[in-house]
Amino acid sequence: VIVPAAYHLGLGAVLFTLGIVGVLVRRSALVVFMSVELMLNAVNLTLVTFSRVRGTVDGQILVFFVLVVAAAEVVIGLAIIVQIFRTRETVDIDDVDLLRG
Amino acid sequence: VGVIASRRPVYSALSLLLVLGALAVDYLLLAAQFIAVLQVIVYAGAIVVLFVFIIMLLHARSGEGPRLGAVLPASLVVFLGGLCASGLLSVLAGVKDEWPPVAPGYGTVQQVGRALFGRYLLPFEAASVVLLIGMIGAVALGKRLAPAGEPSAAPGEEAGGGGGLG
Repeated sequence: VIVPAAYHLGLGAVLFTLGIVGVLVRRSALVVFMSVELMLNAVNLTLVTFSRVRGTVDGQILVFFVLVVAAAEVVIGLAIIVQIFRTRETVDIDDVDLLRG
Repeated sequence: VGVIASRRPVYSALSLLLVLGALAVDYLLLAAQFIAVLQVIVYAGAIVVLFVFIIMLLHARSGEGPRLGAVLPASLVVFLGGLCASGLLSVLAGVKDEWPPVAPGYGTVQQVGRALFGRYLLPFEAASVVLLIGMIGAVALGKRLAPAGEPSAAPGEEAGGGGGLG
């Protein structure tokens, strides 16, 4: 089954747009994090597609590092969210305005 | 769409799981078996589980679901969507559909690993250091306020390290 490269790239772009909309629209910090994951996956899909087009594995190596960084980022972010929830009793990112003074 | 559209974050997490699984199949179509397996293990196996766990943890205490945020005006959304779609189509129209013949063993664990430990050895070590720092940071964050340290960071970190070793 050969799917044209434009379809993969379009899917990646659509996923990235959905992630951006999720980050901008939603107020729950958890859903914002999931949207960030969505954007990372869109970029990964684009990298794999171009790696396949060029016939090299460099893009896949880069995807591997993106996966590693995403795992670390999710762990740290969720720990921060848990801490925020413990102190502020909310996960609404509009309520977290501690630095506003 | 369900990731950002559903009202309760549990449904968002399950939609995210669906998207990640579909992306893994897509990687298989692109002859990237190693990345597909890694996607299933790291994302579907660890990150989504971590999300669901945190959602359960927070909801068990709050009991109040996060509400849908400030909805943008529909006309603005439609305008931006049309803009993005037109730009996307104009860009994608220029992409040629040329698939080079796939080399035997392309995208397998052997080839990716050979590149990973050959040309990309230093970034690989840096990635392991990043994972280590992340693990330490998660443990520190989890234990700072609560005396009963929250071990929530352990499953995702373990899977990330496992992927790093794969």
